[in-house]
Amino acid sequence: MRNNLAELFRKSMNALEKGGITAVPGEKIVCPSCKRMSVKKALQKDGMVCRCGYHFRLTARERISLIFDKENNHELFAGIRSSDPLAFPGYAGKLAAAGASSGEREAVVCGVGMIRGKKCAYFVMDTNFMMASMGSAVGEKITRLFEFAAKNKLPVIGFTASGGARMQEGVLSLMQMAKVSGAVKKHSDKGLLYITVLTDPTTGGVTASFAMQGDIILSEPGALVGFAGKRIIEQTTGTTLPDSFQKAEFVLEHGFIDAVIPRTKLRIKLAQLLYFHENEVQE
Amino acid sequence: MTAYEKLKEARSQNRPTASAYISKLITDPIEFHGDRCFGDDPAIIGGVGLLGNIPVTYIATERGTATEERIKRNFGCPKPEGYRKALRLMKQAEKFHRPVITLVDTSGAFCGKDAEERGQGQAIAENLACMMGLRTPIIAVIIGEGESGGALGIAVADRVYMLENAVYSVISPEGCASILWKDSSRAPEMAENLKITAKYMKKFGIAERIIPEQFDRFHAMCGEMKKILYHDIMLLKEKSCDTLLEERYARFRRIGRVDKSV
Repeated sequence: MRNNLAELFRKSMNALEKGGITAVPGEKIVCPSCKRMSVKKALQKDGMVCRCGYHFRLTARERISLIFDKENNHELFAGIRSSDPLAFPGYAGKLAAAGASSGEREAVVCGVGMIRGKKCAYFVMDTNFMMASMGSAVGEKITRLFEFAAKNKLPVIGFTASGGARMQEGVLSLMQMAKVSGAVKKHSDKGLLYITVLTDPTTGGVTASFAMQGDIILSEPGALVGFAGKRIIEQTTGTTLPDSFQKAEFVLEHGFIDAVIPRTKLRIKLAQLLYFHENEVQE
Repeated sequence: MTAYEKLKEARSQNRPTASAYISKLITDPIEFHGDRCFGDDPAIIGGVGLLGNIPVTYIATERGTATEERIKRNFGCPKPEGYRKALRLMKQAEKFHRPVITLVDTSGAFCGKDAEERGQGQAIAENLACMMGLRTPIIAVIIGEGESGGALGIAVADRVYMLENAVYSVISPEGCASILWKDSSRAPEMAENLKITAKYMKKFGIAERIIPEQFDRFHAMCGEMKKILYHDIMLLKEKSCDTLLEERYARFRRIGRVDKSV
C-alpha cells in the first residue's frame, strides 16, 4: 500500500531533490525521515514539520505566508525572468516547464513585508523552479532587493535554497555571485541588518556568496548546507562521508552558522531580531 | 581553435604557471604565507613587489609544474585558508594603498571534506564581498583556466584580462555535460555551448582586454603585459576611491541578461 502510494508522487531525481516530493492537496504525505504517513493539511498547520522533526521543503509562497504578516505584504520585481542569453540547448524549454510546474516566473520571490509588525525586505528562493539555481534573473532580483532596502533603510531577510549556479547561463550566472555580493556590501555599509535563513538545500554558488554574507546566519534543522556536492567529494577523495556531513548541525558545529532554529520558532525569533536592531540604524 | 581546443590548451602542462609570470612581471617579489588562522595553502601564492616603480600586492593560484609540486599545491585548487590568505593580503594592500594584481589559473576551489569543514563557501563569499568594497585598484588576469567560484574568489576586479586561450566558466564542460547530458564525453560540444573563450568574455563585458600568447618569446610577452598592467593601474590610481568603487560596482551590476515583463 505504502509503495503504491509513493508511486503517485514524482520520484527524487538526485540527492539534492531528496525530500522534495510535493503532494497533491488533500493527499497524504510520507515523511522521508521517519516514514510516517501524515495528511498534508494537518502537516501544514505545523508548518510542514513532521512529528519526528523533519522539515519538509516549502514553496516560496508557503514560506511567505508562514513567516510574514498577512497585511502590508507586497511582492517586488515579479516581472523579471530569465532570458536565454547563451541560446543554450534545451534551456528555453526547461524554463517554460519550470514555470508551469512551479507557478513561478523565477526561482526567487522578492518583496517587502512585516513580521509581527516589524518591516523588512525579503527574498525567498524556491527549489521547485529549476532547483532554485541562480541565473541572471535570480541575481538581478536579489541585487535590486538589496538596492531597494539600502535606499529605504530596511533590513533584509533572505531564505536561501539552491542547487548552485544556473549552468545554462554559463559564466553570466557565475558573475551574479559578485553582483549580488556588491549589493549586499553596499547595504551592509549603510549599517543595515541582513539575516540569512539557510533552508534545505543551500549549496554551490549561493553558499559561496550571499547565503554566507549575513550579519546573522540562521538555519532550519537538517538543512543541507555546503559548497561542493557530497557525492563529488566522495568520488574525488574515494571516501564515504557520514549522513551528518554538510547538515545544518554539522555546519553549526564547525562555526559557520549562528543558530539552528526550528521552523515553528522562526517567525518569533526573526521578529525579535528585527526588534533588537531597530535602533541601530544610523541616519 | 575550437572552445574545447582552447580549454585543452589552457590546461596544458607545458603552459607557464603563475610563478613564471610573477618572476617576469614583478621586480623583487617577496612571498608572504599563511592566513593567520589555520595554515598556509600552497595553491595560492601572494606577496609584495614592484610593478615598474609601483609597489603592488600580487596574488595567484599556482598549479605547480613538476608532479610532486603539483600534488603539494593540490593542482591549483585552493582551500579556505588559501582564500583567507588572499583576503589578508588584499586588506594589507588596502591599508598601504597598494594596487592588487591577481593571476587566475584554477579548475575550481578544492573539493574535499576538510575544505567543507573549514567553510569553503564562507571563505569565497567573504572574498567576494570584500573585493567589491576594497579601496584600492584590482586587476585580475585569467592566465589559464578560470573555473567556478574558486576562480571568482580572487577575480573580482576593476579590470579583467584574458590570455588569448584562457577560458572562464561557471563549471567545467565535462562536469556540465555529465550533469545535463549524463555524458562527460560530450564536453567538446558543451564547451561551445557554455561560451567560455576570451572573445565571449569581452563580448559579455566580463573582460576588458585579451592578451596575445607568445610563449616562445615569453620574456617579451610579459614585457608587453607589464606595460599594459602599468598603464591601467596608473589610470585606476588617478580615480578617487569612491569613484573606483562605484565603477567596480557598475561593472558587475550590468552583467547578465533578463527579460522584463510587467
